[in-house]
Amino acid sequence: MGVLVYAHHDDGEFAANSLGILAKAATLGGEVTAFVAGSGIDDGWAAALGGHGAGKVLVADDPALAGGLSQPIVDALEPSAREADAVLFGAGVVSADVAAGLAARLGAGIACETTDLAAADGGIVATRPALDDSVMVESGFASAPGVVLARANAFAPREDASGTAPVERVDVTIADWSRAAALTGREAAEGGGVDITEADILVTVGRGMGGPENVPLVEALAKALGGEVAATRAVVDAGWVPYSMQVGQTGKTVSPKLYIACGVSGAIQHKVGMANAGTIIAINKDQNAPIFEFADVGVIGDALAILPKLTELVAARKG
Amino acid sequence: MNIAVCVKEVPSATSHRRLDPGTKRLDRSGDSEPNPFDMHALEEAIRIRERGADVGEIVAVCMGPESAQRVLTKALALGADRAVLVTDAALAGSDIAGTAYVLAAAVGKQDAELVLLGQQAADADCYVMAAAVADHLRRPLVTQVADLQLDGGTVRAKRQAEHGYDLIEAPLPAVVSVSDAINTPRLPSIKAIMGAKRKPLETLSAADLELDVARVGGDGARSVVRSISPPPAKSEGLKIEDAGGDAAEKVVAFLNEKGLI
Repeated sequence: MGVLVYAHHDDGEFAANSLGILAKAATLGGEVTAFVAGSGIDDGWAAALGGHGAGKVLVADDPALAGGLSQPIVDALEPSAREADAVLFGAGVVSADVAAGLAARLGAGIACETTDLAAADGGIVATRPALDDSVMVESGFASAPGVVLARANAFAPREDASGTAPVERVDVTIADWSRAAALTGREAAEGGGVDITEADILVTVGRGMGGPENVPLVEALAKALGGEVAATRAVVDAGWVPYSMQVGQTGKTVSPKLYIACGVSGAIQHKVGMANAGTIIAINKDQNAPIFEFADVGVIGDALAILPKLTELVAARKG
Repeated sequence: MNIAVCVKEVPSATSHRRLDPGTKRLDRSGDSEPNPFDMHALEEAIRIRERGADVGEIVAVCMGPESAQRVLTKALALGADRAVLVTDAALAGSDIAGTAYVLAAAVGKQDAELVLLGQQAADADCYVMAAAVADHLRRPLVTQVADLQLDGGTVRAKRQAEHGYDLIEAPLPAVVSVSDAINTPRLPSIKAIMGAKRKPLETLSAADLELDVARVGGDGARSVVRSISPPPAKSEGLKIEDAGGDAAEKVVAFLNEKGLI
């Protein structure tokens, strides 16, 4: 079985979600080829994907691939994808668009939100949780290649990545309509440039915190712990904090070592964004809140009363 | 300029959603609603018109069973000028590949320079339809758009990305999926709900769209469900009931024990 893995990169770094599914692909027992698209790609840099599980790296290098837009990448990827039994993508805005565009181009089946992969019957089988994670669905493909798109943070990259793989350059032909859209600039997110996806410790504000006047209680705990503040969609929608702090299906996916959810019910839209956190502590008055089903520590109580005390104890311990 | 908005019928958020163990498809027999994410796309189409752009018509396009007329009637009440329902027994059980093929064929016939979609479907939670439709139509694509401006024949969009925002420009005709952060959809007035019944709602079959039926329906699906099973059991977490503020001490003890502080 030949598996092609799209390795997305931005600003000189491969996306962790791409490296994660590459690591998973390497466990399936087939031939694993990574595909890198960009402009001015350094072969030595691309070769390092060998350490993450690739047996070979294909590089598509063209000025039209510099922009971080999906459509030229679909054109570049298409010929190699047609040779593969499966084409795998980690989660990500551009990666998802490339996966979907490629599937349409090839008339291929696409499996989304994938959290597990296996080889079976010469092809690939993808498993996803569905309907609020109430059921696991295992899908195969009626024709090759199958296209697989992973759920965010579903697969972890190799921790110890060493070694290289041979690099081969591929011919690139890009259609005019594929290059019609153009990236003209970038803007930082609101919220002072704090990237909650990088934080080791997050303290999250949910609707149960009552109102924006209580956000400082959460900020104080985050500060005492050396972490950052995040929020649920309801809180962002209500305007308490900016969108860049939103965790969940329509916000950011985070995987900090410690996640303290204050007044967060834990609806599936939120859970998708944070269920991979190392340790989850939930504080909520409602003992039936869904978050207690997956929290490591569930505190049934009033976060408004507990937070100041908790902050004080943490600060005292940290000295 | 005309705008086509894709609208999906999904089980309502309050209904009990399940997969039919026999067909392994989503059970669509219960209450349904328009996909909430698509309502942001429709709202944006209406706002584009309200901001003064020369919008000829807004057409809502849906593929689904006949019951999906209900969601199109709602789209008409909200501000679409006409609606198109693609419905055919041959389409039942279509996978993402098949659905994208059908939707692209349907919107391709609407003479719409701008095609708008929601960022995802609330039932399948996939973020892929816009990019797939754009590829079929061979049109430029912008997804996850949090701010959309039309300037003559150019779309200027702010895309939500992992790092912040990408600023993207694309010429019309184009396909755009909007993020749910782009706007807050309005509710229809009673008068508009009554008026919706007088707006045109056209039904198209697979034959009307000259579809290759080998690419659609359960038999044409390229993605095939092999099995469905319950989710893995999660081990029970530690529960602390706060009694007079002692929970904070227990949490700190736990954090300390785990080496987290």
